[in-house]
Amino acid sequence: MADTKPGAPTAHATQDAGGHKAGFPPFDAATFPSQLLWFVLAFGALYLLMSKVALPRLAAIIDNRQNKISGDLDNAALMQKQADDAAKAYEKTLADAKARAQTLGQEASARAASEADAKRKTIESDLNAKLAAADTQIAAAKAQAMGNVEAIARDAAAAIVQQLTGKAPGADAIAAAVAALKTS
Amino acid sequence: MAAEGGSAIDPIHQFNIVEYGAVDLFGRHFAFTNSALYMLLGVGLIALVMIYGSRSSALVPGRMQTLAEMAYQFVAGMVRSSAGEAGMKFFPMVFSLFMFILILNIIGLIPYTFTVTSHIIVTVCLALIVFLTVLVVGFAKNGLGFFNLFLPSGVPWWTLPLVVPIEIISFLSRPISHSVRLFANMLAGHITLKVFGGFVVMLLGAGGWAIISPLPFVFIVGLMALELLVAFLQAYVFAMLTCMYINDALHPGH
Repeated sequence: MADTKPGAPTAHATQDAGGHKAGFPPFDAATFPSQLLWFVLAFGALYLLMSKVALPRLAAIIDNRQNKISGDLDNAALMQKQADDAAKAYEKTLADAKARAQTLGQEASARAASEADAKRKTIESDLNAKLAAADTQIAAAKAQAMGNVEAIARDAAAAIVQQLTGKAPGADAIAAAVAALKTS
Repeated sequence: MAAEGGSAIDPIHQFNIVEYGAVDLFGRHFAFTNSALYMLLGVGLIALVMIYGSRSSALVPGRMQTLAEMAYQFVAGMVRSSAGEAGMKFFPMVFSLFMFILILNIIGLIPYTFTVTSHIIVTVCLALIVFLTVLVVGFAKNGLGFFNLFLPSGVPWWTLPLVVPIEIISFLSRPISHSVRLFANMLAGHITLKVFGGFVVMLLGAGGWAIISPLPFVFIVGLMALELLVAFLQAYVFAMLTCMYINDALHPGH
């Protein structure tokens, strides 16, 4: 802080030039005109530079940045909305497809079930018919066999009686006896 | 004081105006002085940061543009918050005042430099710019309604004979307090720094006492930090008061 430059301009030049005795420099009125002049020039220049050049430019820069940021934010919001819409549309198509697939599956299984049912019914009725035919055949064979058994029994009884008694019994008697046995 | 060697510890020496050349016009003595040199230097520095720094108008600012934008936003915020959107018309003035005072205060803290704001003629000019602006704007905008400034609302009528003179005196003393506050702060701070600097020199030259010479030196370091704060704070206070006075001019009924 000490101004001790040896070659410095004479420190009290102003006071000497103004013809005042050295005093407290800030209150030395002899320096006022110079300071006023240069203050007006310097501050005037500063004011003009700031108000005409620097501040409008900075205002434009800051405004521009604000606009850019808000524009970008708006864009981002718009894109977000589009993405949401796309996601919603995708979910909707997915749900639709699922529902359609389900109905298709149900229809197919129902059709398959009814077809199987019909096939089974025809096969069952076929089998029933065959069974019934077989039953009647068996019954017929049984009746025939039973008829043969009666004739054999009658013949056997006649042969047995002839052997035992030496004379052939009458056909009526044998028939009556067989009938009597049959009913007992 | 007369001796060249005495200036080393003379705390007033740093405020001397040194002439580099002069003309006498209209019976007045106009000189290019160290004060003028530092004023131009300060204006040049501000222009460098504010105009050269913002030359590219970059969306993503560089260092100097960031500095310029910070200064802009800081002062713009100050004007908006205390004088409202209508006060933004005076933003270039407040900005110029703030930057002028700030840069000259800070340059003045560098050793061997000159502090322009430690001369009352400069601070009076700064305060008068504000005072005259307030007067012109106040009467232009409100006409005689500007005198409402001296009639605080919500005060009982019988206290008016006392309140109105107080308000008038406080209004008229504004440029004085506005200028003397800055001038006195700068002056006192620099004298204090210089006095303690002188202590270091004197103690070093006083034989055995030299051992305690680091004490005032340590004190200067702390004081320097304080003065740096004061340099900013005084510029801020000056600009803030300017905003409030302009607000008074725009809305006198308070």
